[in-house]
Amino acid sequence: MTEEIIIAGFGGQGVLSMGKILAYSGIMQDQEVSWMPSYGPEMRGGTANVTVILSDSRISSPILQEFDTAIILNQQSLDKFEKSVKPGGVLIYDPNGITRHPVRKDIKVYQVDATEEALKMKNAKIFNMIVLGAFLKLKPIVKMENVIKGLKESLPPRHHHLIPLNEEAIKKGIEIVKQFSVN
Amino acid sequence: MAEYRLMKGNEVIAEAAIRCGCDGYFGYPITPQSEIMETLMLRKPWEETGMVVLQAESEIAAINMVYGGASCGKKVMTSSSSPGISLKQEGITYIAGAELPCLIVNVVRGGPGLGTIQPAQSDYFQAVKGGGHGDYHLIVLAPASVQEMNDFVALGFELAFKYRNPAMILSDGVIGQMMEKVKLSEYKPRWTDEEIQKISGSWATTGKTPDRDYHVITSLDLDSAKQEIFNHKLIEKYKTMAEKEVRYETISCDDADYILVAYGSSSRICQKAVDLCREKGIKVGLLRPITLFPYPTKIIQEMAKRVKGFLSVEMSAGQMVEDVRLAVNGKVPVEHYGRLGGMIPTPNDVVKALEEKLINVK
Repeated sequence: MTEEIIIAGFGGQGVLSMGKILAYSGIMQDQEVSWMPSYGPEMRGGTANVTVILSDSRISSPILQEFDTAIILNQQSLDKFEKSVKPGGVLIYDPNGITRHPVRKDIKVYQVDATEEALKMKNAKIFNMIVLGAFLKLKPIVKMENVIKGLKESLPPRHHHLIPLNEEAIKKGIEIVKQFSVN
Repeated sequence: MAEYRLMKGNEVIAEAAIRCGCDGYFGYPITPQSEIMETLMLRKPWEETGMVVLQAESEIAAINMVYGGASCGKKVMTSSSSPGISLKQEGITYIAGAELPCLIVNVVRGGPGLGTIQPAQSDYFQAVKGGGHGDYHLIVLAPASVQEMNDFVALGFELAFKYRNPAMILSDGVIGQMMEKVKLSEYKPRWTDEEIQKISGSWATTGKTPDRDYHVITSLDLDSAKQEIFNHKLIEKYKTMAEKEVRYETISCDDADYILVAYGSSSRICQKAVDLCREKGIKVGLLRPITLFPYPTKIIQEMAKRVKGFLSVEMSAGQMVEDVRLAVNGKVPVEHYGRLGGMIPTPNDVVKALEEKLINVK
C-alpha cells in the first residue's frame, strides 16, 4: 500500500499540522512516511501545501506531481491541484469560498463542509480535523486508534486535554463528507 | 513504535549533535536551515550535556569560533545555507590548512548571490573542490533522508577526527525541511579532558605541560619548501580517504542499460524515476554517491564497461556531471539533467530527460 496525498489551502488552516498528524498515525502502525511542505516567505493568509506519503515500503521521491488524493481548502489550491489528481483518484474539498467547482469526471470528487461545521461546533481550530475525518472515511488507511496516538505524539502535552474534541471533529468529518457530482 | 519519531531533517541535525557528544555549535540563522539552531536553543543542551550553543554576530565569527574550539580538540560544528557558507570559506580553508577536525552543515539553497530560499544542489563544486583558496578538500557526506541527517552527524565527526580534516554534510532544502520517520542515535557523553588528551593530545592546544613542547595551530608557513612538504602530506591524506572512505548505494544497477547518478534529494526523485522506467520496460539503475569527496569513481569506471550511458541528475547547471565524465573517460555518453534556481524536478521529468538525451538519440 502506498498513498500519495497533497493537502493544500491557506496558511493558518492547519494544513501542515493535519499532514503531520496523518504522518504520525502512519508511524504508529509501522508504516514508512514522508511529509514535505512547501516552504517560503508566506505566513498566515498565504498559500500552504504539504505532500504526505504513507507506504508499506521504502518511500522514493517525497516530491510528486500526481497524487492519489488531493485535499483542497481554497480556490487557488483547487485551480492548481485539480489537474494533479491521478485518474480514478480522489479530490476532497471544502466548498466554502469556492466559486469555480471541480470539473474533472475521471476522478471521484467529495465535499466536506468543514468551515460551516467548525462554526457550529464553535471552534475554528478543529476545522482541519473535520477535513481529516472526511479523508479517513474515504481512505481508511490509518486506524482511528492510531490517529489518536498520532495526535498525542504531535500535540504538546499541554494540549492533550483537547484530544477528545479533536476525535469528535474527526467523527463529524466522517459523518458529513458527501459525494459531489460533476456536471 | 516509540523509538521512531517524525522530525524535520534540520531538527534531527541538532538532536544528533547533542546525542553524539558535540561540545559546541556556533551559527548564524539563514533559511532553509534555521531550525538547526532553533532546535538547539529549545533543547538547551548546555543544561543537559554542557554543550555550548551560541548565535554568533555573523557567519564569519561563527566559523572562527569553530576554528578556536577545534584547536582545543573539541567536537565543534557550524551550519548555514549557501550564502552563509560562502562567508565561512576563509575560516574553512584555515581550518583545513591547520589540519583541524570539525563539522560544517550546508543546507543548500538556490544561487548565485542571495538567490532563493528554495532547495538546490548548486554548491557541489564549492563543497567537493575545496571552496576556499589553496589545495585542500573537505570530506563531503550527502544525506538523502532524514535518517541519514541523524547518522551522518556522528559519522562526519568520526571521519573529521580520523583524518584531522573538516567534514561537511551537504544537504539541501528538501532534506532539511522534510519530515520523515527517524530513529535517533543513543546518547554518547562528551569527551572528558582525559579523553581529549588521549585522542588529540599530540596536536591540540590543551595547555602546555613541562614534559612537552608548545602545540602551535597555524596554517602559515613562510618557508615554501616546508609548505610544499605539508601540501604533499595533505595529498596523501586525500588519497587514503579515496581508498578507504568511499561510500555509495546502488539500486537496480545489476542489469541496467542506463545509470542515473544522483545524490541527496535528487537521488530520491531518481529512485521513483527508476521505478517508472522499469514499468515501461527500460532497464535503468541508480547510483547514489554518499560521499561526494572522496567520489565513487571506481564503481562508475566499472559500470562504464557494461552500460550504454549515464545521466547525472542534479539541481544545478551541471556540476557533479564533470566527475562522472572524468570517471567514464569517454567510454559511453554522459549527460546532465537538472532544474535550477530552487525548482525541483519530478520523477517524470527525469524519465523524459533520460529518453531525450540518451535513449532516443540517433
